[in-house]
Amino acid sequence: MTATPEATEATPTIVLVGHGMVGQRFLEALAERGMTATHRVVVLCEEPRPAYDRVALTSYFSGKTPEDLSMTDMEFIDTHGIELYVGDPAVAVDREARKVTARSGEVFEYDTLVLATGSYPFVPPVPNKDAAGCFVYRTIEDLLAIEEYAKSRTTGAVVGGGLLGLEAAGALKGLGLTSHIVEFAPRLMPVQVDDGGGAALLRTIEDMGLTVHTGVGTQEIIIDGDGAVTGMKLSDGSELATDMVVFSAGVRPRDQLARDCGLTVGERGGITVDEQCRTVADPRVFAIGECALAADGRVYGLVAPGYEQAETAAATIASDEASFLGADLSTKLKLLGVDVASFGDAHGTAEDCLDVVYSDSRAGLYKKLVIGRDGTLLGGILVGDAEAYGTLKAFTGSVPPVSPESLVLPAGAGAPAQLGPSALPDDAIICSCNNVTKGTIRGAVTEHSCTTVPEVKKCTKAGTTCGSCVKVLGQLITAELEASGVEVDKGLCGCFGQTREELYEIVLALRINTYQDLLDRYGRDGARGGDGCEICKPAIGSIIASLAPTIGASGYVLDAEQAALQDSNDHFLANIQKNGSYSVVPRIPGGEVTPEGLIVIGEIARDFGLYTKITGGQRIDMFGARVEQLPLIWARLVDAGFESGHAYGKSLRTVKSCVGQTWCRYGVQDSVRMAIDLELRYRGLRSPHKLKSAVSGCQRECAEAQSKDFGVIATANGWNLYVGGNGGATPRHADLLGQDLSDAELIRLIDRFLMFYIRTADRLERTSVWLERIPGGLDHVRDVVVEDSLGICEELETLMAAHVANYRDEWSETINDPEKLARFVSFINAPDTPDPVVGFVPERDQIKPDLPLLTIGHRPLEGSAQR
Amino acid sequence: MTLAPETTDLKVQVRLDEDWMPVCDLTRLLPGRGVAALLPDGGQVALFRDRAGRLYAIDNRDPFGGAAVLSRGLTGTHQGRPFVASPLLKQRFDLETGQCLDDESVRITTYEVRAA
Ligand code: SRM
Ligand SMILES: Cc1cc2nc3c(=O)[nH]c(=O)nc-3n(C[C@H](O)[C@H](O)[C@H](O)COP(=O)(O)OP(=O)(O)OC[C@H]3O[C@@H](n4cnc5c(N)ncnc54)[C@H](O)[C@@H]3O)c2cc1C
Ligand code: SF4
Ligand code: FES
Repeated sequence: MTATPEATEATPTIVLVGHGMVGQRFLEALAERGMTATHRVVVLCEEPRPAYDRVALTSYFSGKTPEDLSMTDMEFIDTHGIELYVGDPAVAVDREARKVTARSGEVFEYDTLVLATGSYPFVPPVPNKDAAGCFVYRTIEDLLAIEEYAKSRTTGAVVGGGLLGLEAAGALKGLGLTSHIVEFAPRLMPVQVDDGGGAALLRTIEDMGLTVHTGVGTQEIIIDGDGAVTGMKLSDGSELATDMVVFSAGVRPRDQLARDCGLTVGERGGITVDEQCRTVADPRVFAIGECALAADGRVYGLVAPGYEQAETAAATIASDEASFLGADLSTKLKLLGVDVASFGDAHGTAEDCLDVVYSDSRAGLYKKLVIGRDGTLLGGILVGDAEAYGTLKAFTGSVPPVSPESLVLPAGAGAPAQLGPSALPDDAIICSCNNVTKGTIRGAVTEHSCTTVPEVKKCTKAGTTCGSCVKVLGQLITAELEASGVEVDKGLCGCFGQTREELYEIVLALRINTYQDLLDRYGRDGARGGDGCEICKPAIGSIIASLAPTIGASGYVLDAEQAALQDSNDHFLANIQKNGSYSVVPRIPGGEVTPEGLIVIGEIARDFGLYTKITGGQRIDMFGARVEQLPLIWARLVDAGFESGHAYGKSLRTVKSCVGQTWCRYGVQDSVRMAIDLELRYRGLRSPHKLKSAVSGCQRECAEAQSKDFGVIATANGWNLYVGGNGGATPRHADLLGQDLSDAELIRLIDRFLMFYIRTADRLERTSVWLERIPGGLDHVRDVVVEDSLGICEELETLMAAHVANYRDEWSETINDPEKLARFVSFINAPDTPDPVVGFVPERDQIKPDLPLLTIGHRPLEGSAQR
Repeated sequence: MTLAPETTDLKVQVRLDEDWMPVCDLTRLLPGRGVAALLPDGGQVALFRDRAGRLYAIDNRDPFGGAAVLSRGLTGTHQGRPFVASPLLKQRFDLETGQCLDDESVRITTYEVRAA
């Protein structure tokens, strides 16, 4: 074999047909084995885009873009010299001549052919199934089409109440449609859950406003004169009016190409392969993923077994030993916000097995464990609360160290067993998507010096697919680090060994209201009695300010010791500019301003010669004020009714708005009023990082709420709340936290969310980063702030109420305090002399800083910019 | 240099060649924060007072950004050394020696300072 894959005749060629999730994993497995260096690798990809995360398809509707979903790193493709033909499917295979013909007409000779063509959605042969308004749910293109069609419609129905059907129904609901689910079986998710689980699921799903029709089939799609869907006829004789239909009645292996070239396929479809994933008919052809009928006689519709098959095929082609004997069908899903998990022998098919069941259909909870005669945990079903899934699944096949009942009882009922992942054996599978054991994860920490979840993800692939194992992953890493004696210094800085969150708890619990007191009592040994540093001072200053009314500190950040803690900008209640001058940003709640207000701002800017600019935050920034001009400018602003805009603080910035219902023909709520209400409620709230918000009057989202820390979008019935959005350098689309909330519900939920963030985030950690970092992520936050799983919501609300009640405008307080005003001078020994270094030159009819720039090099900032 | 902070009528003085130039009342210096003073030659000095009452004086100009703003930075201790972090790009300067802690090639002028 030659080392360069390109040229020589002798280079063996592997042709992969189908670039889905499994195909991509196969390529990675080839690369890992060095096979891409010794082989020419050709990939025929039918879809208009390379492999993407089909499992996470539905997250498109909660803001993920097709790019976010991509699983293909083009650099990977390039580095490994893989020839990827996007949008060019294979149309024929000639096994005799070992040639594949693509639709483009191009012909590829192969030494090894790998089929990874996946499956296609099954559409029952009902009349008018192809009418306008009928869809399937499999590809990004399907979703784009559904989204487009849904724009002008009000009702949607999904045929099929399985896993995908529920996801599709959730998506339709998210698009604002009244949604129905029609399921032929007597319960939802018939494959994964039993009757009890189905009942719990049904209850919760109906509570969300979806209508479920079980035990009925679809007989016909009803269409109007133009051939568009208007409803469906059901097997019980009834009719259901609907504008669109999404078929989600199962999938079938895409084995046509294989059939056409004479490969053996199963009775019910699927390309028959052996334990090495080689087709039984032709040793040069392999089939992997959903198109394959595995040696155990099953076609797997989940990604994890597909990945294992990909690894097996790659190993076999590289002449390594590997086999795929079958796989576990465990799944954990979050469907419409409901946890549903099933693992092992979920339906209790083993002989003599016993069930342990806990069920509370009022709360939508159902948990069943299947236990063997000898106490072995065989499998189970969890609906409503799948918290224990990771541990339970890993214990499947062994006798758990505690009684099974204690594993399913809810917290509070008896002593809930806290089975940490450290109790697991090393061969327990932690990540079933990628088949990663506890031993491998421990090895990543001990041998490859990984210390964080992202590092371990990269090193082991664990947690990179469905994400359901990430929580356990985090616990394992910490446990392993601690066990191996690695001192994980989570301290805030050189002065404090505690995290920001721990310090917050100390300040709140002990009502410590000065920095010095905290440093002297809780600082690191060498730091007590000292001066602290530039990291902890503002961070503690912020904690004290957030909790001021509750812990008995002054709510005014320039009072006494607090003044010395503030970042330089907070100290002058303005943002420093490159030449030492300052900017002035009055608050313009919701971006709404009167002509009089505009005139005042204009007059002030003119009188003081300031540069003015409309900011990206829907307000006006005036630049070029000298420090001694700040009080004079603010005296006039305060007089005209303006307040500090906190452009300098780690606190609420702006709540942007769109004009909404009042003016806009599409608006469904008064978004301006809500934006003003929110801005006034949270103004001045000190937090770990700046907070931004926006309110849009309808789904068109003109205010860009989904890029905000908390964003609100009006719906016909109220408001949807999105959290954790971010613009800036690492943009993140916000996640949906609550739907169709009333005004009061919305504000209560935001109160809780913000206070929980302030309590648990690190310094300078935006909500987006925080949501990604904290164990359990969004699910955990939802549990805490929606379900009140920690029982702290009342406290969070009280803390916020105290903030709201105690808010005072910093600038009006400052201009009325002569002692504070004395600080606003350029020189303490010459208060009337302006700083001569601050100079300006004209540009485009305004001013700009004039500064002989002395560049000596830059120290990269660790996100400590002021705004 | 160390004085009881309660002493009210003391003046902060900066040494210029042979003379001590009076700047302001000691009470005007907030522990942990700085002030700027104008020198007769048009130069600027940044004055600080730490928690223990010790006084420091350095050039007010940030050599990286060019603006005269060091007096507005946050102070602290790093490995036992008092420092101020520039409010512009956060470089830290040793208050006693003027040495930049983040770039060893940079050092700024320091002044003798006392309260009397
Ligand atoms: C004035 C303004 C630009 C403008 O002329 O429009 C601005 C100016 C600055 N931004 Fe910004 N940002 C401004 C809107 C934004 C926006 C847009 C928005 O808010 O809708 C964003 C993206 C949205 C977001 O934050 O998610 C934005 C993302 C940033 C970031 C990146 C934050 C991140 O999480 O990645 C920084 C750096 C930081 O905070 O660490 C930053 C930092 C800054 C600083 C503080 C940089 C600095 O240290 O000097 C600038 C301060 C200028 C000053 O003194 O006033 N600015 N900045 C905008 C003021 C809005 C307002 O009225 O308050
Ligand atoms: C909405 C949704 C949610 C899901 N959720 C989960 C989940 O939570 N957990 C889970 O384990 N699984 C889930 N699945 C299933 C999972 O996505 C599949 O098991 C997985 O994608 C199978 O990978 P594959 O590569 O075999 O098939 P696919 O990902 O379907 O890829 C096959 C590719 O081959 C292409 N192709 C077909 N014929 C040709 C040809 N002739 N030439 C070239 N290309 C061709 C197809 O266009 C397709 O791009 C979900 C699926 C969907 C649709
Ligand atoms: S978001 Fe909707 S209501 Fe608001 S301006 Fe845009 S289209 Fe109008
Ligand atoms: S179990 Fe799905 S990513 Fe680990």
